[in-house]
Amino acid sequence: MSVTAASERIPWRVRLALREVDGVTLLVLPAVIFVVALFVYPFLYGFVISFQPKAGDWLANYRKFFSEPFLYDTIFATLWLAIPATLINVLISIPVAMRVRLMRHRRILTTILVIPITLGTVLIAEGLLTYLGAQGWFNRTLISLGLVKTPVRLVHNYTGVMLSLIMSGFPFTFLLTLSYITGIDPSLEQAAATLGAKARARFVHILLPLLAQGLAINLCLSFVQTFSVFPSAVLLGAPAGDTRVISLAAYQAAYEQYDASMASAIAMIMGFIQLGVVILILAGRRFVYRGAAGGGKG
Amino acid sequence: MAIAARDFRELKLDGMSRSFGTVNALKGVSLNVRRGEFIALLGPSGCGKSTALNCLAGLLTLSSGSIWLDTTRIDRLKPEERGFGMVFQNYALFPHMSVRKNIGFGLAMQGRPRTEIARKVDEALAIVRLGDQGEKLPGQLSGGQQQRVAIARAIVIEPPLVLMDEPLSNLDAKLRLEMRAEIRRIHELIGSATIYVTHDQEEALSLADRIVVMRDGVVRQVGTPEELYARPAHADVAEFMGYRNLIRSRVSGANVTVAGVDLQGTPVEGAPNGSAIVAIRPDDLRVRSNGALTATVESAQYHGSTFYCFGKAPDGTELYFCSSEKVGRGDTVRLSADPKHVLVYDGGGR
Repeated sequence: MSVTAASERIPWRVRLALREVDGVTLLVLPAVIFVVALFVYPFLYGFVISFQPKAGDWLANYRKFFSEPFLYDTIFATLWLAIPATLINVLISIPVAMRVRLMRHRRILTTILVIPITLGTVLIAEGLLTYLGAQGWFNRTLISLGLVKTPVRLVHNYTGVMLSLIMSGFPFTFLLTLSYITGIDPSLEQAAATLGAKARARFVHILLPLLAQGLAINLCLSFVQTFSVFPSAVLLGAPAGDTRVISLAAYQAAYEQYDASMASAIAMIMGFIQLGVVILILAGRRFVYRGAAGGGKG
Repeated sequence: MAIAARDFRELKLDGMSRSFGTVNALKGVSLNVRRGEFIALLGPSGCGKSTALNCLAGLLTLSSGSIWLDTTRIDRLKPEERGFGMVFQNYALFPHMSVRKNIGFGLAMQGRPRTEIARKVDEALAIVRLGDQGEKLPGQLSGGQQQRVAIARAIVIEPPLVLMDEPLSNLDAKLRLEMRAEIRRIHELIGSATIYVTHDQEEALSLADRIVVMRDGVVRQVGTPEELYARPAHADVAEFMGYRNLIRSRVSGANVTVAGVDLQGTPVEGAPNGSAIVAIRPDDLRVRSNGALTATVESAQYHGSTFYCFGKAPDGTELYFCSSEKVGRGDTVRLSADPKHVLVYDGGGR
């Protein structure tokens, strides 16, 4: 009768619920709209106009970029900054985080280390220019102590940009590493110690493998951040020389030559290099343990 | 060659103390342990038993006192220099290593050749009956299997001393009984000394050769399970040994009064005149028609052959007792206990 007919037709609500779709799922919508409007659409728009150059065929922008050393050298200048800065930030964050996790007043130190995040790159750049410049207190101190005759050049070159990248990037990598390290059950290291593993062996065999996953993510985020360096490269570096980064090339194309198509092409190249490096790092994760860093039970 | 504990005669704890800031977690614990002995450290949480174990393992340094293995002083050694096996409460298996790698870790750290490691790991796997699970990761094992791996990892380095920190507390009741027998079997097989921390007196009574009862960082009593069960030295040890009735009472001369009733024939040599604490197990306080104590039943639980009851005497004293007959809430019953099983303690301290 009608009872059997009703039971055969499962209500659409139940069917959706079985696929884990319900009213709460709608809350995802604002985020989706946001991402589409502010990321997907501009990205696709830029991608399309990068193939509509002012002159020449559809690949003219890309051909131009990869044939002029003035342009393609920016890739290497940027990598030459981004890779060392990323490695330094991530590698230094490990010992610092290992020490900080044992501290009782962890929050104070964390706060101090996080302050540079709130300052922003421009303020850091201004500060460094003042303190490390030819007339800054750092050089004056060195000269008055008789350690150097002429001021050491620390800004308006590669060193200045590197210092700024470390100062602004380190807090991020440190906080990430700290959260990964504190997620590792301390009893694992204690167990290794009772089994005869010295501090170095405990680090190599226990801590590092369990941390590898987090370090890979950390490397990706840090690299993407440093690869798009712009303000400090201009303010603290030598924008015409060895810190002529790729984002500066895009800026010049867009606002000095008014060539939006060329600027988009450079932005696309920049994006794909970042994507390539991230894929490379994440692919490396297949060689490391990716499960939970704690014990099974308890 | 089978796995066997390294030889030693005696482990000696001499006034072992540890404080955390102003809190003294361990106050002058002294104990001698012979090779082959199974010692249980028993006490409520916060009594210092885990602190004692961590001090032995070297994970905590001593504030004062010393630890000796025969003639060698070991309390200044780092955990990796002591060579004791430790089984952690949460097992602390390395989640990124296979079962074989976990068990072989200690041997690899000693720089043993690969063939020897493989052979010893096989032996250890056989001892804990996990022969076919060697290639799995810890996360793929059940709780009981993880527990066995943790034990195998601790014993494969042939330690003179095996330390266990509440190793059964994460297992269900059935598995706990099974692993209890297993732990005792392995202990006898390898011949090490085992120090086993627990808050479960049943576990301690069934496993240990000697039990060390701790409270507030001091040793209250050391003895064989039989001694502790029959003759607890303090009221708080008695409480831990299942003497659920700890009744404030008065002693005058040779008489002790509970809930206004004189318990005739109870030996009172342990307590001077005045305030006292009378300890009786629920199993020893039984409903009998000629009993001197009266109580009103508040609740009764059926446990197979007996009813475990809770009730109150006319003056409000709470009593836990047993009945072989069915009793219900509101019934008035008469209770008595064999004087041999009634313990009287000096009540001044409590």
